[in-house]
Amino acid sequence: MIRFEQVTKRYPGGHTALDAFDCDIERGEMVVLSGHSGAGKSTVLRLLAVLERPSQGRVLVGGEDVSALRRAALPWWRRSIGLVMQDQRLLFDRSAFENVMLPLSISGHPPREATARVQAALERVGLAGRDTSMPVELSGGEQQRLSIARAIVNRPQILLADEPTAHLDDAYARDIADLFRSFNDAGVTVLLTTHDDALFAGHAPRRLVLSQGKLQ
Amino acid sequence: MRWLRLQMRAGLRAARQMARQPFNTLLAALVVGIAAALPATGYMLLGNLQRLAGNVSAAPEISVFMRPEAAPDVVKATQPRIASLAAGARIELIPREAALKRFRDNDALAEILDALPENPFADAFIVRLDDADAAQLEALREKLTALPDVEHVQLDSAWAKRLDAMIALGRQALLMLGGVLGLGLVAVTFNTIRLQLLTQRDEIEVSRLLGATDAWIRRPFHWFGALQGLLGGLLAGALTLAATHALAVPVAGLAGLYSLEFVLHPLDPLAWAVLLGLCATLGLLGASASVRRHLSRIA
Repeated sequence: MIRFEQVTKRYPGGHTALDAFDCDIERGEMVVLSGHSGAGKSTVLRLLAVLERPSQGRVLVGGEDVSALRRAALPWWRRSIGLVMQDQRLLFDRSAFENVMLPLSISGHPPREATARVQAALERVGLAGRDTSMPVELSGGEQQRLSIARAIVNRPQILLADEPTAHLDDAYARDIADLFRSFNDAGVTVLLTTHDDALFAGHAPRRLVLSQGKLQ
Repeated sequence: MRWLRLQMRAGLRAARQMARQPFNTLLAALVVGIAAALPATGYMLLGNLQRLAGNVSAAPEISVFMRPEAAPDVVKATQPRIASLAAGARIELIPREAALKRFRDNDALAEILDALPENPFADAFIVRLDDADAAQLEALREKLTALPDVEHVQLDSAWAKRLDAMIALGRQALLMLGGVLGLGLVAVTFNTIRLQLLTQRDEIEVSRLLGATDAWIRRPFHWFGALQGLLGGLLAGALTLAATHALAVPVAGLAGLYSLEFVLHPLDPLAWAVLLGLCATLGLLGASASVRRHLSRIA
């Protein structure tokens, strides 16, 4: 389903984040990317979400080269994936409900259906009843759950998460890891990065370790 | 249908954004309103002046003054001559004695007239025409001047022509003022939207990550500009209405001094519609230019 073909990402300063990276991910698979800081984990996700373009190589999804998508086609690609950023990127002047509603507003869902989906997503991540809360009123773990609810509300087939357990204590981190496992059990292809190898040890059938932009 | 739904949602988002910052919204609308009120009030005043000039020009009058020494039979013979030159005109003879009596009725003038050795007035004819353009009036004036014992012919509608010319000048000045203030209105909206874009930078970035198209991001800002313009237009209309009421009494008093009955009319519904539409369009233009200029800078 997802294929990285000899992907190299080189930044203008000369730093090489990925070096001839090859990888295949099957539909419904859960893959955990680990490695030290600067190993290129986040770059893999950013290339797949087409937040960046590779310097060389191709990123194929279902046979289509997403790295060659025209700018005008990018929004539709991004609507088809779920993206959980390391810094969550929540809107702090909006309620939990409004944050999760944003992707549905963007894709133009009818209000009644959108409301039901938002409620379901909040319930799915354990935030039922917190829809009127502002992000600042939520704990770190709850904020991360909220960003996950926003990522899944569009029911994506591919879920990308960049260090979703960073800055969380062990209990919260385990909850989040379980949540991703449950999404994968429901058939969603999950690709996430972590620097905590042990956390996802029992969850992911496949772990890829990156070092200096190459698979180990 | 989908397009309409997206527009309606964008409009609601823009309205909510305005409601979140009522003070800023009001302030920006006030700037727009004052900028638009100046040409709108000017338009209202010019419209009224034009109406006044139109009323006067519709019934042009010519005063024909005979020489004081003109014999009564010459004066009597002049009336049919005038009638033959100005077909269909209503001609009224005002004998010099009647003119003297009319001025004697004014206490201030009575003393002056008493001091004079003889009646200073001449026999005069007032020629009232139903309709005539400026060229026809001028031609008639020349013919009347050539009649025997006619000393002076005065076009009483000359001042209306001068007023017409002034109105034309005023209209031109108003157009220029409107153009400059319209540009100012666009600039105000441009800057307001620039600040809005900066304030909502996070939301724009997040929306792009979640698959928002540029059109989806732009739409509420366009609505914001148009709504702000519309609000400014409403304020401008209200200010113009207030000016109409404030000027009504002094204008009526001034008109009374010229023996005219004149009521200052406010902007008519069409002018209101044009004012609101123009303000909203200029707001939309300012917003559109600002979004095009600044959105590309937000990665």
